[in-house]
Amino acid sequence: MMNYLRLLGVFFRVSVLDELAYRVNFFVQLFQSFLELATALAGLAVIFSFTATLGGWRPDEVLALVGVYFLVGGMIGLVIQPGMEDLISSVRDGSLDFLLTKPEDAQLLVSVHRVEIWKLIDVALGLGVLVTAIIRLGEKVGAGQAAYFAVMVTAGAAIIYSFWLILATLSFWFVRVENILEIFQSMYEAGRWPVSLYPGWLRFALTFIVPVAFATTVPAEALTGRLTGGTLLSGVVLAVVLLAVSRLFWQVGLRQYSGTSA
Amino acid sequence: MRALADLYVQQFKTTLASTLQYRASLVIWMIAHILEPLVYLIVWSTVSNTNGGSVGDITTRGFAAYYIVLMLVNHVTYTWIMFEYEYRVREGSLSFALLKPVHPIHSDIADNVSSKLITLPMMLAAAAGLALIFRPSASPALWSLAAAVPALVLAFLIRFLVEWTLAQSAFWTTRVSAINQTYFVPLLFLSGQIAPLSLFPVPIQVLASVLPFRWMIGFPVELLTGQLSPLQGLIGLAAQAAWLALSIVLVRIVWRAGVRIYSAVGA
Repeated sequence: MMNYLRLLGVFFRVSVLDELAYRVNFFVQLFQSFLELATALAGLAVIFSFTATLGGWRPDEVLALVGVYFLVGGMIGLVIQPGMEDLISSVRDGSLDFLLTKPEDAQLLVSVHRVEIWKLIDVALGLGVLVTAIIRLGEKVGAGQAAYFAVMVTAGAAIIYSFWLILATLSFWFVRVENILEIFQSMYEAGRWPVSLYPGWLRFALTFIVPVAFATTVPAEALTGRLTGGTLLSGVVLAVVLLAVSRLFWQVGLRQYSGTSA
Repeated sequence: MRALADLYVQQFKTTLASTLQYRASLVIWMIAHILEPLVYLIVWSTVSNTNGGSVGDITTRGFAAYYIVLMLVNHVTYTWIMFEYEYRVREGSLSFALLKPVHPIHSDIADNVSSKLITLPMMLAAAAGLALIFRPSASPALWSLAAAVPALVLAFLIRFLVEWTLAQSAFWTTRVSAINQTYFVPLLFLSGQIAPLSLFPVPIQVLASVLPFRWMIGFPVELLTGQLSPLQGLIGLAAQAAWLALSIVLVRIVWRAGVRIYSAVGA
């Protein structure tokens, strides 16, 4: 674990050095992130001007959900997505060879070796929205809810990470996997609303086929005191199982890999 | 004219061949195009059901009709030119298009139309599926449906020309994605995608009628779901014609200025 954090720190530093050469990018990204947030909030404002609650969720609770959506989306964009995209392309052109020669666990290296630092803006914005929502919700958020929330965000991140790793590992057998990852992006946007609004088949798809619900709705449920013990438990169990399965699948896939010239 | 027709036919053939080769990206666009209106359909249905079955004068099943039709109209009129153009300018492949004796916009239009010929049957199937689930209801008059045909063609042309013009920004800057995203915000709100425009306060409705966005998506949807009076339909078609004329002028000016400062890698 310590090793993981140390490596992440190193790669993070390298990315910062890399990106500091393009400082205007910071402002462009800042602009884009603010625009996206403003759009989301304006959309909420339009809808809540016609109703007091949305499927039982009050405005501040949906605001918390939007905060989680940006926070988790930012985390995905920060390390998970860039690492997995690199993995897919490096399997295709064979440059994964270089990574495999390094004296560290290959899954670890693949997962953290690229950091998209400007996505920290999304993480910060998400946190800001989340804190605002918590303050506005006031006493309804107790220490218990906060703890459940922390557990569910961690579980959600682990689930999303494992999901991406499994998909990216498919590239050992299939060439054009990045398309599946694109589909994830458009499904993730559906997570900006409580999945309890959706009809059964869509809720099922967003929970078990593409596990968006665990990344956004479930942590927000924890925060707003909606979480049942069953969901909490199944979220944690699913996270552990998926982490193990994706690890196993990665190892099988790696055995399948045989470099460019081999 | 003959030559232009030939060009369109040839472009149809090449696009059909290459699209059938790269089906995956079509599926990705389609999922996004189905999911986004579906989410708003569900959100507004929820709001409508909590309010006793309607919002303003739109019922729950009216929302279903609105968003299923919007899904199709949005798919028919969308373009991906802004993403592609940036690539063409950066990689210099635009240079080849410049060598051809016709304006490059023609092959882009033909390309767009032919790829939709492939996806439209699938989108119609998706619409039919959603109709079974959400049971939409709308009662458009016959004239309204008839007027929707030219309205849809005009909407496609206006959106194509405006977005093609916007794509030219790649000549001046490499930060096209920030420009695109800025464009998508008014498109989302003022074209009727986030909510039917009739639900907005009057000043915003006026703004939406002055700007081009409503004429690219919202107006054909309103005609197809029978929300407009004959007079409103006529005024709408006139507004579309005006925006079409304006966007043709815009394309010409921006294209001339842009191509003058374009210099490909190695040139």
